[in-house]
Amino acid sequence: MLVYTLKRLCYAVPTLLIVITLAFFLMHLAPGGPFDGERSLPPEIEANLMAAYHLDQPVWKQYLIYLGNLLQGDFGPSFKYKDFSVTELIAQGFPVSLELGLWAIALALAIGLPLGVIAALKRNSGLDYLVMGTALAGVAVPNFVIAPLLALVFGVFLAWLPVGGWNDGHWRNMVLPIVALSIQQIAYIARLMRASMIEVLGSHHIRTARAKGLTETAVILRHALRPALLPVVSYLGPAIAGIITGSVVIEQIFGIPGIGRYFVQAALNRDYTLVMGTVVFYGALIVLLNLVVDLLYSALDPQIRHDD
Amino acid sequence: MMTDTALTQDQAPAAAGDSLGREAWRRLKQNRAAMASLILLVLITLACVVGPWLTPWGLDEVNWSAFMAPPDIAAGHYAGTDANGRDLLTRTLYGGQISLSVALVATLVSLVIGVLYGAIAGYLGGRADALMMRFVDIMYSLPFMFLVILLMVVFGRNILLIYAAIGAVEWLDMSRIVRGQVLALKRREFVEAAHALGVRGWTIVTRHLIPNTLGPVIVYVTLTVPKVILLESFLSFLGLGVQEPLTSWGVLISEGKDLMETAPWMLLVPSAFLALTLLCLNFLGDGLRDALDPKTR
Repeated sequence: MLVYTLKRLCYAVPTLLIVITLAFFLMHLAPGGPFDGERSLPPEIEANLMAAYHLDQPVWKQYLIYLGNLLQGDFGPSFKYKDFSVTELIAQGFPVSLELGLWAIALALAIGLPLGVIAALKRNSGLDYLVMGTALAGVAVPNFVIAPLLALVFGVFLAWLPVGGWNDGHWRNMVLPIVALSIQQIAYIARLMRASMIEVLGSHHIRTARAKGLTETAVILRHALRPALLPVVSYLGPAIAGIITGSVVIEQIFGIPGIGRYFVQAALNRDYTLVMGTVVFYGALIVLLNLVVDLLYSALDPQIRHDD
Repeated sequence: MMTDTALTQDQAPAAAGDSLGREAWRRLKQNRAAMASLILLVLITLACVVGPWLTPWGLDEVNWSAFMAPPDIAAGHYAGTDANGRDLLTRTLYGGQISLSVALVATLVSLVIGVLYGAIAGYLGGRADALMMRFVDIMYSLPFMFLVILLMVVFGRNILLIYAAIGAVEWLDMSRIVRGQVLALKRREFVEAAHALGVRGWTIVTRHLIPNTLGPVIVYVTLTVPKVILLESFLSFLGLGVQEPLTSWGVLISEGKDLMETAPWMLLVPSAFLALTLLCLNFLGDGLRDALDPKTR
């Protein structure tokens, strides 16, 4: 297990390095300098600014400095939000995004798993077709279509919930964004769980358990559920990545002050350091969570033994 | 007896010498959801290509007496107008042209990269294959959406870049599928025969291996197209994709959501087009997979 963990870490580090390197050099290919404002600066001031941000150094040196700063958690200054560093902006937005994301994952599992199990147990019934038909629609229709529609129905027509805003995380403001964020994942997880449950229910150990005379509930809860959960666990990585990506649009649509909104604003304003910082931060988050999911998976699956 | 009839029914056409493609088509025709999707997709495509000429209003034509007007058949605004008094149906159909063209070109880009990469990795085998596939593994864990956005920020938003960037990130699945196919194919006699005749490696890959991977490739193309459309409309929705004077479904949905409280049709019409297209493509992809997958036969 230890060796496996180390091996996976050896993948994670270069992956992260690739993200950082790509982000850094892409940003350097960008036309125009950071100080090309409406009015040109006196040359002395510009030189001072360039020196302060190490922009007078050769690119490889800037790259090393950036890497060194990253290691200390310093993403550099934001070019547009003058008085803030990128680290401060991320630290401000992250708790909000995290809260939304955790709720969305929890909701996706809490609804997706039971739906998948029920559809598998009532295979080819009307209920199964209903659940799977809805799930296919949920997979196909993107969240930036679902989110405004939810806001239109529950915010405008029915006026049950606010259409947007954060209001310091009041639950009424969180319901629609969380639902919008999780619908696609609910659909995926339900489909996945149904397929794997059907496969497990047809396997030998389930037949044995039934032959032993166990009740159907015991068979399902004790013998079928755990192996059937494995594909879902391995899907958690992509699910988390999907929710992080989704949060970018959802935060934009509902006006939530998370990182996603900063990211889009920065991209539209060409705030290069903030875009770069958020991409690196998101990249690190996704790589790290993938690592955690992989380790979790190998800990849960008895068929994977890491003796090497 | 029952199995007997099932067997003859299922295998008779194959025994009569039907090609794989014909047999797949026969199976696809029996799948009602997939056929309905195919017909709808053809209709949507036709509407997007021909429709803008048939609607009474032009793409940028402003009706000064109808700003944000609800659908009005008499005025020729079958789906209402937008905030600038432009006909929404015309704009949605034009947007569909852009969205579909991105789907076509970006999928083609991903197809070429993925098929070549996968076929070469599978054909070379051994260490080269391991190295190439390790690279694909690493690419899988990259946050691509963000890198594409980075590209758009750096190089400006132009449609050619959207084609290329989306194509360049969607080839991973394709390369894995093709590699798996080629690994199995390259041990077959016809490849050995080609070798023995002195055919060069590149020619074996392009002439003999790639054409034989066509079935699964077609299935994956139909599954790639909705992903590509989704990515484009995601970017456009955020304001990082297609730009004025061009429009796409993502742009229109984004405009619509800002005004949905007073003009819900601006959100509903493009959303319906996008959702319907994606849904049909998914159904068609599922249907094709069932039709072409030898395991279900």
